[in-house]
Amino acid sequence: MHFVVTIENTGETFRCGEEDNVLQAMEQLQRRGIPVGCRNGGCGVCKVQVSEGSYTKRKMSRAVISADEEASGCVLACKIYPQSDLRVEVVGKMARAIVAKKSMSFDFGFATATAINQPDEEK
Amino acid sequence: MALTGVLRPGHVALRVLEMGPALKHYKDVLGLIETARDDKGRVFLKAWDEHDHHSVVLREADEAGMDYMGWKVASVATLKKLATDIEQSGLCTDLGWVPAGEHPTTGERFRFTIPTGHVMELFAEKGIVGNNCGTDGENINPNPWPDGLKGISPSRFDHCLLYGDDLDGTVKLFTEVLGFGVAEQVMAGEDKSFMIGAFLTCSNKAHDVAFIRQPVKGKFHHASFELGSWEKVLHAGDVLSRNHTSIDIGPTRHGITRGETIYFFDPSGNRNEVFSGGYIYYPDRPTITWWDVELGPAIFYHDRKLNEAFLSVFT
Ligand code: FES
Ligand SMILES: [Fe+2]
Repeated sequence: MHFVVTIENTGETFRCGEEDNVLQAMEQLQRRGIPVGCRNGGCGVCKVQVSEGSYTKRKMSRAVISADEEASGCVLACKIYPQSDLRVEVVGKMARAIVAKKSMSFDFGFATATAINQPDEEK
Repeated sequence: MALTGVLRPGHVALRVLEMGPALKHYKDVLGLIETARDDKGRVFLKAWDEHDHHSVVLREADEAGMDYMGWKVASVATLKKLATDIEQSGLCTDLGWVPAGEHPTTGERFRFTIPTGHVMELFAEKGIVGNNCGTDGENINPNPWPDGLKGISPSRFDHCLLYGDDLDGTVKLFTEVLGFGVAEQVMAGEDKSFMIGAFLTCSNKAHDVAFIRQPVKGKFHHASFELGSWEKVLHAGDVLSRNHTSIDIGPTRHGITRGETIYFFDPSGNRNEVFSGGYIYYPDRPTITWWDVELGPAIFYHDRKLNEAFLSVFT
């Protein structure tokens, strides 16, 4: 069974099977929008807020998703499997421009790391 | 004995989200050898050419990341002396002794938290299980490698790269108290006087641990395992792809330490590296300095830029 995932920030849509996690489906179809990190629920860069639809999920690192966030649909795209069409908003604050600059300022790295690698209430 | 004090990295203890997939990764894909499990459910593993009982400890937990890194020191007397030195330095917090036997076959460990927030341990004694190469008894007439290796099968746990805020404090501890040398450093700022990366060695290796300054405490970037050649790094890439392991970057080369490398993730998102090469470090070797504007080639020499994950993806 396949469902349609919509990334609200960009309007990008892609198909995702119920056996596939949302991040993996996006990558396989060469789509963009959700930042890709470890792909395994540990780093938190693929954090999204699900605004519509249902899904099953697998274990996510509590260091990056708090129990409250998880309960309110703020989850890791690499650990959710659609059970219906989904609308998601990218909420990890990773700036995609980071690697495009040859001489990147290190402060930028600091800000990026702070923004994305903690559950929201710790920021 | 010319090499004294802290000898080498002895173990790294990692948190994994689910033990089943973690063991498949660390045993079948990376190719470590399981040596024990304890009543807390921890699993102890080693690489094939390590003689000590274990170098990797896995613990199932709610979050990924590193619990602690352990260092083997030359003797029990050295352990006591360094424990006193660390205490007197005033640089560390949460100092204490972990009793003998808390890790299987391991003597007591002195545990402390360093200024970047990482928990470190020193220990002097760990049971020797050997590398299974001997043909007429342990270490007698050995073969160059043992039968039955699986997956990538690196020879040893080699180093960690860690992220934390008080880099100056941690570098001071490692160099002035623990006797490490700075093999390479990354410097930022107008006059290149602000250290943002330090590659530290207690041995002849280009690094035994590295730290990068980030506004976080106690974060883990990767644990690295040694391979004998560039071709084995390519082979590691084959093994990882065949097993659908999440690859971060590589095979490629680091400018820093000159290592040939591939980065990938365990099933909980903890980054692993296997690498080969580098150079021999002696204490009189001049420190290599990289400027922050050259951080791209310093980290990934061929791409000459960082990938998106390097600074932002850690556990
Ligand atoms: S990509 Fe790391 S948690 Fe999803
Ligand atoms: Fe490394």
